Amino acid sequence: MADKLLEFLQQLVNGLSQGSIYALIALGYTMVFGVLRFINFAHGDVYMLGAFAGFYFGPKVAQIFGHGAAAGSMPLGDLLNPSAWIVLLLAMALCAVIGIIIERLCYRPLRERPKLTVLITAIGVSLFLENGGQYAFGVDPKSFPDIITDRALEIPESWGKISGLTITLSQVLIFGVTLLLLVVLRHIVVKTRMGMAMRALSFNPVAAQLMGINIDVVISFTFGLGSALAGAAGILTSMQQPSIDPLMGVNAGLKAFVAAVLGGIGNLQGAALGGLLIGITEALVVGYGNPTYRDPIVFGALIVILLLKPTGLLGASEREKV
Amino acid sequence: MLKLTYTLGLFGLFALAGSLCLADDEIKVGEFAALTGGSASFGQSSHKGTQLAFDEINAAGGVMGKKFKLITEDDQSVAGQPATIVRKLIAQDKVVAVLGEVRSSATLEAAPICQQDKIPLISPAATNPKVTEVGDYISRICFIDPFQGTVMAKFALSKGWKKVAMLTDVKQDYSVGLAEFFVKGFTAGGGQIVKEQKYSTGDKDFKPQLTSIKASKPDAIFIPGYYGEVALIGKQARLLGIKVPLLGGDGWVGDSLLKVAGNSLDGSFFSCHFSAEDQSPAVQEFVKKYKAKYSGEVPDDMAALGYDSAMILAEAIKRAGTTEGDKLKDAIATTKEHKGITGVITLDAHRDATKPAVILTIAKGGFQFVESVAP
Amino acid sequence: MERSKITLLSTLLLFGLISFGLNHIHVADDSGQAVTLIQKYSYYYDILLTIGINIILAVGLNLVNGYTGQFSLGHAGFMAAGAYASSWLTLSYGYALGASVFATTFSFVVALLLGGVAAAFTGLLVGVPSLRLRGDYLAIVTLGFNEIIKGVIQNCDALGAQRGLGGMAQHTTFFWTYAFGAITVYVVLSLVNSTYGRGFLAVRDDEIAAEAMGINTTKYKVLAFVLGAFFAGIAGGIYAHFKQFIYPEGFNFMKSVDVVVMVILGGMGSTLGVCVAAALLTILPEVLRYVAHIEALPEWLRHIAENRMIIYSLLLIVLMLTRPQGLFGAVNLKRKKA
Repeated sequence: MADKLLEFLQQLVNGLSQGSIYALIALGYTMVFGVLRFINFAHGDVYMLGAFAGFYFGPKVAQIFGHGAAAGSMPLGDLLNPSAWIVLLLAMALCAVIGIIIERLCYRPLRERPKLTVLITAIGVSLFLENGGQYAFGVDPKSFPDIITDRALEIPESWGKISGLTITLSQVLIFGVTLLLLVVLRHIVVKTRMGMAMRALSFNPVAAQLMGINIDVVISFTFGLGSALAGAAGILTSMQQPSIDPLMGVNAGLKAFVAAVLGGIGNLQGAALGGLLIGITEALVVGYGNPTYRDPIVFGALIVILLLKPTGLLGASEREKV
Repeated sequence: MLKLTYTLGLFGLFALAGSLCLADDEIKVGEFAALTGGSASFGQSSHKGTQLAFDEINAAGGVMGKKFKLITEDDQSVAGQPATIVRKLIAQDKVVAVLGEVRSSATLEAAPICQQDKIPLISPAATNPKVTEVGDYISRICFIDPFQGTVMAKFALSKGWKKVAMLTDVKQDYSVGLAEFFVKGFTAGGGQIVKEQKYSTGDKDFKPQLTSIKASKPDAIFIPGYYGEVALIGKQARLLGIKVPLLGGDGWVGDSLLKVAGNSLDGSFFSCHFSAEDQSPAVQEFVKKYKAKYSGEVPDDMAALGYDSAMILAEAIKRAGTTEGDKLKDAIATTKEHKGITGVITLDAHRDATKPAVILTIAKGGFQFVESVAP
Repeated sequence: MERSKITLLSTLLLFGLISFGLNHIHVADDSGQAVTLIQKYSYYYDILLTIGINIILAVGLNLVNGYTGQFSLGHAGFMAAGAYASSWLTLSYGYALGASVFATTFSFVVALLLGGVAAAFTGLLVGVPSLRLRGDYLAIVTLGFNEIIKGVIQNCDALGAQRGLGGMAQHTTFFWTYAFGAITVYVVLSLVNSTYGRGFLAVRDDEIAAEAMGINTTKYKVLAFVLGAFFAGIAGGIYAHFKQFIYPEGFNFMKSVDVVVMVILGGMGSTLGVCVAAALLTILPEVLRYVAHIEALPEWLRHIAENRMIIYSLLLIVLMLTRPQGLFGAVNLKRKKA
C-alpha cells in the first residue's frame, strides 16, 4: 500500500517538474498575448535557441569562470557556481535580443492588420527557426555541456517512507526559478511604470498612445522579456534533459501554448497553473493509463475546459464591445 | 494570370530539361532519404554512408568499366513525398536501382512503385516485415525484427532474468516491431513481461514511464529505441534509483549515446551488427574513411547500413554483369556471405538479411564484446 | 439546365477523355517498347494528381477559413479520417461486389464517399465546440482535434496503428481526382454565390452583427466545417488509393499548415486563387528539387534549394508582409481596424 502511495507521489513530483518547464515557457506566451493579443508561435523556437546558446557559450564561460565541480562537496554548493548563472543570463539576454529583432522585422509592420496575418507570419518564423536551426546546427542531437551536474537530492531517512522519493536538483531548481520569475513578473507588471504601460496597452492600444505611451518601446520590451523567459527555460530544461536538437521547441512549445490557453491566456498565474496541471495530467496518464493517449488527453482536457469556460481557468470573462 | 503563365513556363522548362538525355557511361542509382525534417538525423547518416561507398567504388574504377552516379532526393520526412521522388528517379532520371529508406513507412510507400516498374529496391534499414512482402524486386540488408527481438529475448533468459519491463517508442516502426518479437520470444521461454510502457520519439522526459516501471520491480528493462532517447532514459532511470540492467537493440548505436548518457548506461546490453568500437580492420577502415570525409564525424548504425546497401548493389551488378532490372534483382536476391561492415550478409528466400548479431555491453565509457549470435 | 451545371458536366467529360488518353495512348520509351503516357511520365502524373488532391483540400478549407472566417488548423485530421475510413472499406470489402473493373471502381467510389461522410462526422464534432470559441482559441482547439484524431488512429490496430496501413489498390485515376476537384469547386462556388454565401460572409465579417440581423451563425459555422471536412475526407481517400500507404504521422500539424498556407497564398475567399495556389505550392518543392541539382549554380544556392522548408517559411513571412491578401485576395486585409 505504501509502495503504491510512493509511486503516486513520485508521479506527482514528475508531473510538477515537467509542468514547471511548461509553466516557464507558458509565462512568455501569455505575457505576449496579454499585451498584444497575439500568439507568438515562434516562442517555442526561441526556447530552443536559448538551449543552443548555452551549448555554444557554456564551455567557453566554464573555462573562464570555473566549473561547478570546484564547489563540489557543499550540499548545494554547485549552485553558487558563477558559470551557471552567467550562462543563464547570457542566454536570456541573447534570446531577448532575438525576440526584439523578430518583433521589429516581422510583427511590427503587421500591427494594423488582422490577427490572422500575424498568426501566419508567426508560423512562418517558427518554421524558419526550426529548419534554419537544422541547417545551421546540424540535425543530430547535441549533448548539453555539464554546467551544473544534475543529481538526486538526498532525503533524510528520518522523514520516513518519503525518503524513497527521488527529487533531483534540477527539478527543484526549475520549480524554484519558475516561482521566482512569476513573482518578479508580477512585480514588473503591477508595480513598475513599464508594467503599467503594458497593462494600459493590453486594455486599449489607441488610448494608451493618446496618453503618451510609446507603444513601440513597450512592445519591444514585452517581447524581449517574454523571449528572455523562453531562453531561461531552454537553459534550465537542458540541464535536466541534456540532449538538445533544433526541433526540441516544437513539442514543448505546443504544450506550453496549451497550458497558457488552459490557464487563461493573458493571465500569468493561469499560465503557471496550466503548465503544472498539464504536467501532472501527462504524468498520471503515462504512469497509470495508456501512454499513447497522453497527447490526445491533454488536448481533450483543453477542449472540455474551453467549452465550459471559454476564457480558460483563471481567465477573466471578456465583455465584447460591439 | 501572369503568375500562372510564369509557373507553367517554369514547369515546362524543367520538363524539357528533364527529358534531355544524360550521359550513358554512368550507372545511375537513385536514393531517397529524409535529409530534412523529423527523421533527418537518420536519413543524413544513411546518405553519407551510401555516398562514401559509391565514392570509394568510383575511385577504384567503378563497375563494368562505368562509374556510379548517385542521385539523391530528399523526402523531407513528409508522407507522400517518397512516392513522388521514386517516380521521378525511375521515370526522369532513369535509375537502374533505388536505395532507401531508413523508415519502413517511406519504404512501404515506394516499394509498390519499384515493384511495378521492375526496378530493384534495397532498403538499408526498414524493419517492418511487410516491406519485402511487396514483391521480388524489394530486398533489405538489415535485421528484421523477428530475429533481433528473439536474440535479446534469449539473452535475457540466459541471464536468468525472469521479469522484464518494456519501454517502447511508439512512433518508430522499428521499436514496435522489435518489442513485439522480444515479447514473443521472452514469454515463450517462460519469462514474464511485468510492465509495458511507451514513449514517442522526441520526448525528453521519461520519469513518469520509469516511475511506473520501477514500481513493477523488473529484473531488467528492454528499451528497443534510438540512441537520442535511450541516452536520456538511461540518465533518468539511474536518477530515479533504478539499478537493473537495461537492454536494447541496434538503434542504440550512435555517437551521442554515451556523450549524453555519461556512465548511466554502464552494465547495459544491446544487440547490433556494427559498432565504431569494433576493432576488426574492416570496421576501423570504414570509421577512418568516414571521419576523413565527414569532418571527424563518427559513423552510426545507419551510416554503416547505407554503406553496405551500396556495396551490395555494386556487388550484385558485378555478378549479374548487367543493370537490367530482371537479372539485377535476381543477383541481389542471391547475395551470399557478403562481408559488410554490418556483418556477413546473406539474403534469404524472402530477400531479408540473415547475419549474426553481436551483443555488446557498455563499460568504462565504451562498448565491450559479449557474445555473437548466429541466425 | 443552368449554365453552371453544363459547365460542370462538360468539364467532367473533358477529364474523362484526358484520363482515357493518359491510360491508353501508347508512346515509345527508351528501349522502344510501347508504354502508356502515365508510365512514361509517371513523375509528372504524380505531381498532377497531387495538385488535384491539394485543390480539393484547399478549396474545402477555404470554405471554412476564407469564406466563414473560422480559423481551422486541423484540416489534416479530416483528411486522415477519410483516408483511413475509405482504405479500411476497400481493404475489407473491395471485392464484395465482384472483381470486374466496373465493380471495383464502383466500390472505390462508394468507399470514397463513405470516407467523406466519416470525415464530415468528425467535422461536426469539431464544429460544435467552435461555436463558442473565436480566433486564436479556435485555432488551438482545431489543432487539438487533429492530434486527437491522430491519437485514436494510432491506438487502433485494425487501422495499422502507428505502423501504418498499406496494400490499397491503386484505384485513383486522373479522372476521379479531377472529377472530385471539379465537383468540390462547383459545390463551393454554387454555395457561396447563393444566400448561403451571404451567410458565410456575414459570419466572417462580423459575427455579432450577423446574429443581430437574425442570421443563424451556428448553422453556417457548422455547415462550413462539415462540408470542408467532407471534401477533405474525399481528398484523403483519393490520396490513400494513390500512394497506397498511409500512416498517422502523415496527417500531422505540418500537413494542416501546408493546406492553410495554400489558402492564405491564394487569398482567402477566392476559390480560383486557392486552386492556383495549391498548384503553385505543389510544384514549388519539385522546382526547388530541380534547382538543387543544377551543377552550374554555386554551392550555397544549391544548398538553400535543398532545404526547401527554409525557403518555404521565408516565402510565408515575405508574403504576409507584402501581400497578405494572397494572389487573388478578395478581402481588403490592409484596412486598418479602428
